Amino acid sequence: MNAIWLLVICISVLFSAVSGRIDEFTKAMFEAGKAAVEVCLYLVGIVSLWLGLTKILEDSGLIYKLSNFFGAAISLLFRNIPKGHPSITSITLNLLANLFGLGNAATPLGIRAMEDLQTLNNRPDEITFEMMLFIVINTSSIQLVPFTVIGLLANYGSSNPNVIILPTLVATFISSATAVGILFLFKKFNRRAG
Amino acid sequence: MRVINLLCQYLIPAFVLFTVVYGFVKKVRVYDSFVSGAKDGIGIIMGIFPYVLAIFIVVKTFEASGAHDFLKRMFSLASGPLQIPPEVFSIAIVKPFSNAASLGIFTEILKTTGADSLGSIAAAVIMGSAETTFYVLAVYLGSIGIKKTKYLVPVCITADIMGIIIAITLVKLMF
Repeated sequence: MNAIWLLVICISVLFSAVSGRIDEFTKAMFEAGKAAVEVCLYLVGIVSLWLGLTKILEDSGLIYKLSNFFGAAISLLFRNIPKGHPSITSITLNLLANLFGLGNAATPLGIRAMEDLQTLNNRPDEITFEMMLFIVINTSSIQLVPFTVIGLLANYGSSNPNVIILPTLVATFISSATAVGILFLFKKFNRRAG
Repeated sequence: MRVINLLCQYLIPAFVLFTVVYGFVKKVRVYDSFVSGAKDGIGIIMGIFPYVLAIFIVVKTFEASGAHDFLKRMFSLASGPLQIPPEVFSIAIVKPFSNAASLGIFTEILKTTGADSLGSIAAAVIMGSAETTFYVLAVYLGSIGIKKTKYLVPVCITADIMGIIIAITLVKLMF
């Protein structure tokens, strides 16, 4: 992350200098500050909302039932999570929210899952394999039906916006499987190197 | 389609209703419980704010500097022989960083090439099958203060590139 950040900033400054857009670089930077505050303010409301709701589920005991129900499936991938650990539920809820395309709910639940996974981590500043797996599944997108995209296609006069459902689904499925595969490859390779 | 749309509209309200009623049945003080859970929200966001800011600075300045346009031009040179609509690459580069920006480019593609063009369809599939990788990374890692990410970032980048290749290949095969 450090290398990427450094690299992209250097490229941006260089490019804006060459193309005479140095003014716009400065402007964009301050705009970024504003945009970050706006996004975070928006997130405060949404995250708190979902944390509140999941707390009710937790207090009513439903979350433990859910985690028993989905635990087996999750444990297949996440081998190092002990049975009945709260992270199983938060991972399940996050993945379900992602499947249904509820981005608003997925982020808070994902943060929750990361916190739960962190309780299993002996070295708090270092990432665990379970966390990586969880993030990789999340970043490869597992949405079933892309409603926003279909809506936009329809708005701009597509003759049949639904044609994209099947290829999107297949692409999502293959790319998620590939992403998980790549992660396991890296793990293997890394262990051999280290 | 309409049925699915309707179902999705009811999904969240139904979930909320179920949560409160189930809690009530299990004798949970739902209001107090909700408040005590929601209390943690602001702390979490305060924690991730600097990470979100760092990502936003990179995205916004990169776009403004003209480097983004330059990359686009390079890709359109490469995409001619491969017979891939060049607009597709803009989506592919921007989507990992920002959902809002990629939505903007997507509508731009729809407007200029028409909603039934191969470019629009390929862009739509990429929109639906890719995720805002760097944003997710920043938020999820930031929320618990992970500093050593091992090989996670290279894995995510490789996976993203593979995902885009898969999406484009699929669209070319199916249309």
